[in-house]
Amino acid sequence: MLDTFFFYAFALLTVAGAALAVTMRSAVHCAVWLIASLLGTAGLFLMQQAEFLFAAQIVLYVGGIMVLFLFVIMLVNLEAAARERQMRKRWPIALAGVLLLAAGLARSLEEGIRLPAPRPAPEAAAGNVQQIATVLFGEYLLPFEVASVLLLVAIVGAIVMAQREDAR
Amino acid sequence: MHPVTLYHYVALSAILLVIGVFGVLTRRNLVVILMSIEIILNAVNINLVTFSRHYQHVTGQVFAIFIIAVAVAEAAVGLGILIALFRNQETVQADEVNLLKW
Repeated sequence: MLDTFFFYAFALLTVAGAALAVTMRSAVHCAVWLIASLLGTAGLFLMQQAEFLFAAQIVLYVGGIMVLFLFVIMLVNLEAAARERQMRKRWPIALAGVLLLAAGLARSLEEGIRLPAPRPAPEAAAGNVQQIATVLFGEYLLPFEVASVLLLVAIVGAIVMAQREDAR
Repeated sequence: MHPVTLYHYVALSAILLVIGVFGVLTRRNLVVILMSIEIILNAVNINLVTFSRHYQHVTGQVFAIFIIAVAVAEAAVGLGILIALFRNQETVQADEVNLLKW
C-alpha cells in the first residue's frame, strides 16, 4: 500500500518534471524541472532496491550533469533565445510522428509483456553495491576500462572545442 | 489500488521516452534538446533497472551505469560544441544553424 503510494508520487514527479522540462520557455526553468524529474527517477531506483544507482543518479546526474548544464546556460546568453519562438516551424509534423510512436508503444503494452519467468532468486546475502561490484569488475571489466578512455576523450574534446581560437 | 508491477514501470518509461522524443523533435533551443536526450536516457535506465529487479540479477544495473557514463561524455562534448557554436554564430537555435545545408 505504501509502496503503491510512493510509486505514484515518484512517477508523477518524474513525468510532470519531464513534461515541464521540454515545454518551459526559459532554459533555466527547463533545467530546474529536469532536476525534479531526475530526483523522481532516483526515488524509483530506490524503490526497486537499486541503492547504488540511486546514489549515482543523484551524485552524477543532479550534481554533475545538471550543474554543467546550468553553467553553460549562464555562460551562453539565452535571454534573446527565450524571447523567440520556442518550437520549430513544422512542429505539427513532429507531433504527429510522436503520437504515432505513442500509439505503437501503447499497442505493444496492451498486448502485454510476455517474459520467461524469473529464475528463483539466489540467496542474495550480498548487498546491492557488492553485487554490482562483482559483476562490474568481473564480467564487465573491459567495458569498464573502455568507459574510462571514453570519458578521457570526452574531457579533452570538450576542452578543445570550448577553447578560444586565439588561445591555441 | 493495484499493486505496482513491472508493467507500471515499463509504461512510465514509455511515457518518458515519448516526452523526450517530442522535446528533441520540436524544440529550437539546443540546450533544451540536449536535456531531452537526457530524459530519453533516463527512460532507458528505468527499464533496465526494472528488468534487473524482475530477473533478480544486477547486470541491468551495470548497463545503467555505463549509460550514465555515456550520458556524461555526451553532455560534456555537446555543451562544448554549443559554446563553440555560440562564439562563432551568436545563436543557440537549432534551425538557424545551416552551415552544412546545401
